[in-house]
Amino acid sequence: MRERLYPLEDLEDIPGTTVFTARRSRQAYHLHKFCMSLMDAENRKRFKNDERAYLDTFRMSDEQKQAVLDRDFNQLIELGGNIYFLVKLSNTDGWSTQKAVGSMTGMTADEYAAMMRAGGRSPEGQRSIREGN
Amino acid sequence: MAKITAGIATSHVPAIGAAFDQGRDQDEYWKPVFDGYEWAKEWIKDNTPDVVILCYNDHASAMMLDIVPTFALGFAEEFEPADEGWGRRDVPMVYNNTDLAGHIAEQLVIDNFDITIMNQMDVDHGLTVPLSLMFGRVSEWPCKVIPLAVNVTQFPTPSGERCWQLGAAIRDAVACFPEDLNVQIWGTGGMSHQLQGPRAGLINPDFDNEFLDKLIDGTDDLRKITRLDYLRESGSEGIELIMWLIMRAALGEKVEELHRFYHVPASNTAVGHVVLKPLD
Repeated sequence: MRERLYPLEDLEDIPGTTVFTARRSRQAYHLHKFCMSLMDAENRKRFKNDERAYLDTFRMSDEQKQAVLDRDFNQLIELGGNIYFLVKLSNTDGWSTQKAVGSMTGMTADEYAAMMRAGGRSPEGQRSIREGN
Repeated sequence: MAKITAGIATSHVPAIGAAFDQGRDQDEYWKPVFDGYEWAKEWIKDNTPDVVILCYNDHASAMMLDIVPTFALGFAEEFEPADEGWGRRDVPMVYNNTDLAGHIAEQLVIDNFDITIMNQMDVDHGLTVPLSLMFGRVSEWPCKVIPLAVNVTQFPTPSGERCWQLGAAIRDAVACFPEDLNVQIWGTGGMSHQLQGPRAGLINPDFDNEFLDKLIDGTDDLRKITRLDYLRESGSEGIELIMWLIMRAALGEKVEELHRFYHVPASNTAVGHVVLKPLD
């Protein structure tokens, strides 16, 4: 066996974090295709005009479509999504990246912005689920 | 002969680009960020390179959907700023030096780096925000740019050690290019930040400042930082710091730190910026 510095399962041991793997990337391929389509102004217009109808032109799961309609970014990540694709959606909405990111923390946009101004979230207790550090 | 004369590291936060583009750079929130770049903006007026090798990551703008290259070298004559969902940034077209890019591509593959050649791509904020920070508002960029995109999004990313080795190979490739060119290498991204999940907003100033210290003369330690360490200590997007190691390795063993800046926050991110000069 070749040497590994840590078991790959340890990537799942970080609190509140989903590591974007090749398998998740495949799961979200059509979701991401939708996201990248929003890099075109004409597509943004079509999406805003009728979100559901536009989403139905993509081979996404119903869950993924619903999470897009709900702007539920935690759910989109649960369904394979990655933030760099997903911000194409929040950018289309005119949201700042901070608003999109903060929406995943259970805090209001103002609370999240205040936490960042105060220096951000401390890593203490956030490193490992197993170790609790 | 071509020579790498300096290395620059900087974060490449999209909100910095938005603040810059919308003229909010003197706002109470953004002024401290932009002030941190004033020194380098002055310095680079007298030290404008012919070419910048710009290490950055594509944020699902030109790749990452159908193709996920670990290391991708831009080989088109020019690169247009990408539309990331709110229109293209109003910044100049980015022009390549394809002679040097082609030479580097050949040398890297000969040195066993299986890089991907990009004959067409747009460049996103990862590449254009650092150019804006260093050169300000200009009608054209004052140098050519060779984009080097690194996968830091889909796991496994390359390791920090692999990035180090790539930087060392780039140094050798540039050094054997026959034309007299003043070349800089920039490493962008970082510092600590996390853009996803309930842990979003993580910032680790202790980790960041130790990284900045060791970038000068503790690089053996930096090369040992694992992907898991980056995730735990610097947030899921803090792993962008591996691109700083490409820059650092391309400068050789000894460097002088000309400038350093660290600031929290810019949107979700800890901003780090250094200017380094190779000493040998």
